[in-house]
Amino acid sequence: MPCRTVLNIIDLHKRYGQLEVLHGVSLEVKKGQVLVVVGPSGCGKSTLLRCINGLEPIDSGNIELNGGSITDGKTRWNLVRQKIGMVFQSYDLFPHMTVMENILLGPLKAQGRNRAEVEHEAEELLERVGLLDRRDSWPGQLSGGQKQRVAIVRALCMQPEIMLFDEVTASLDPEMVREVLDVMLELARRGMTMIIVTHEMAFAKAVADRVIFMDAGVIVESAPPDQFFENPASERARKFLNIFQFTGVTKEEQTDEKNGSN
Amino acid sequence: MLDSAVSIFTAGRNMARLMEGLWITLEISAVSVALSMIFGIAVGLLMTSRHRFWKIATRLYLETVRVIPILVLLFLFYYTLSRNWGINLNSVVVAVLVFTLWGTAEMADLVRGAITSMPNHQRESGRAIGLTEAQINRYIIIPQAVRRLIPGVINLTTRMIKTTPFVFFINVPELTKVGQQIVEVAGMKNYMASFWVYGFIFFLYFIICWPISKLSLHLESKWQN
Amino acid sequence: MYDCAAKGREFFHQGEADLDSAFVIEYAPMFARAAVLTVSLAAAGIVLAVILGLACALIRYFKVPVLRRVAGFYIEVSRNTPLMIQLFFLYYGLTRIGILLEGVTCAIVGLAFLGGGYMAEAFRAGLEAVSRNQIETGLSIGLSRRQLIRYVMLPQAFAVAIPAISANTIFLMKETSVFSIIALPDLVYVAKDLLKEGHSGETNLMLVVSYLMIILPVSIIFSLLERRVRRAGFSG
Repeated sequence: MPCRTVLNIIDLHKRYGQLEVLHGVSLEVKKGQVLVVVGPSGCGKSTLLRCINGLEPIDSGNIELNGGSITDGKTRWNLVRQKIGMVFQSYDLFPHMTVMENILLGPLKAQGRNRAEVEHEAEELLERVGLLDRRDSWPGQLSGGQKQRVAIVRALCMQPEIMLFDEVTASLDPEMVREVLDVMLELARRGMTMIIVTHEMAFAKAVADRVIFMDAGVIVESAPPDQFFENPASERARKFLNIFQFTGVTKEEQTDEKNGSN
Repeated sequence: MLDSAVSIFTAGRNMARLMEGLWITLEISAVSVALSMIFGIAVGLLMTSRHRFWKIATRLYLETVRVIPILVLLFLFYYTLSRNWGINLNSVVVAVLVFTLWGTAEMADLVRGAITSMPNHQRESGRAIGLTEAQINRYIIIPQAVRRLIPGVINLTTRMIKTTPFVFFINVPELTKVGQQIVEVAGMKNYMASFWVYGFIFFLYFIICWPISKLSLHLESKWQN
Repeated sequence: MYDCAAKGREFFHQGEADLDSAFVIEYAPMFARAAVLTVSLAAAGIVLAVILGLACALIRYFKVPVLRRVAGFYIEVSRNTPLMIQLFFLYYGLTRIGILLEGVTCAIVGLAFLGGGYMAEAFRAGLEAVSRNQIETGLSIGLSRRQLIRYVMLPQAFAVAIPAISANTIFLMKETSVFSIIALPDLVYVAKDLLKEGHSGETNLMLVVSYLMIILPVSIIFSLLERRVRRAGFSG
């Protein structure tokens, strides 16, 4: 199973003014590993991904990609980012480019690769996510789920070492969530190294090799999915997981609680 | 070098004449803006009307006035109207007439924009809480439309002021014309006359227009949210 | 009773009867030559204004130290003073301190100076409309800053700015009508002489037609462009 370390985060600190968002986070991701990060809003999980990709400067700590530090101040971020694929919550395709142009932009311009070769690869990837017939469509003609799948292909076409997913289904209509999650599941099966931030607990359970639970800027728990979801070690994790549970809750009880608290 | 400036502006009635010119400039702008607001609101309401005729007629008016240079309109009214058709118009009246014709079109477009950009749900939520159409207009639509309108109106005012030098061409004794006359006379003895006089007029326009456009910008950002 | 209708008929008749086709034919070539001058000056000035405006907008957007203050000051000055006064000062004023600009240069410089400020504001609005998400997405696929500006930001900024660029272009083309004050033989220069000699109906007709022939095509091209961009769904 997992062997080589792709990403190593050591004692990462990040603050916005007075507010400390990441309070000493350490994390190791091995090749082919799928890490799912969960936790309440504002716990720092999105910031963690943004720090890995250099979208947020860090205050202290170290991030290593393939054994070399990318936070020593000498980083040429555009080169590092070519090895780190990132997909955002807001499925931001470039509106002035077709699907294919969106995908080709990075490989051709940033990486300077051969057009025919990249186009071939892009077509294969589009085929895999079921969107080959939309290769010449404009983003405005696609549904949210389709856009997000194209965004994933666009990141994959850079041949990244690791993929970061930042709540990629959070702004999708419910019926489109599945098609995007399926693409990610398939990626995981093919051995892509991934860090996924999500609120889809069932999906997290299915895809994760390891679940990271964050709260208030620290990693509270790191466990295999079965253990985390069935039997979380910390009280905070148990409370968090309860938010997603409706078993045992009835209408009356809820109303009572409401009245009680008022 | 500064002596030359002092001597021009202190000589005779030069400064007083420049200020008189400035006054005419501001007068033409103020009257034209006021008239444009009155007519512009009426035409703007016509532009949002459902009647095809009014839509097309107002559109045609707006596009025509926008495409033809103001200077050409001034010539048209000053020479063709007054000479060919025997209507003798004072050049200041022609200036106000043309500026109002243009300002009305611009104002109408602002009014149209303010009304049509109002989201439909504003009117609907007014209905939902049981207001009459008149009450909806009075309490919901008009106050918001006015807010959207005011920065544009202020902006139009500075545009009006910046367009006034055009009336130089139909011999209105406004700031630029007065400046030119002073340069013609003083320039014979004073080499720096044109530099100082035109520089001064340049400065005058700036210190009048700049605060007004800042105000418009300020209101716009204040009322945006 | 005063016969309004008859008076009116007489009124219009007079206007019509005055149209002298021989006069029009005689002077049309002069207007054509003047129109060519107006178009060339406008084209040169507007192209420079776009370049200057884009440069200022980028400087301000990326907050380039020192230069951003210079650009900010320039934009305020150019937008808050009339072209005519700028030209008077450039042409008649600056020679006195040793800066000699000939008419054509002065016209182009003046138009570019005026237009640059307006174009800068158009591009600023366009650049600000490019969302943070778009920029971060561009960064995340490894684009360098230069590539990000060229492939992601500028195309989107242009699309948003087109209506304003269009309005500015038409505005600047209309502003060229003052070039005769610096002794350039443009359309108004030709017309002014003829107007003084009478024949104002024909002269003004040719003047209006000349300007319509210059400005209308530009206006139509821009509105087609606007419609295309809007259809492509850039705004959303």
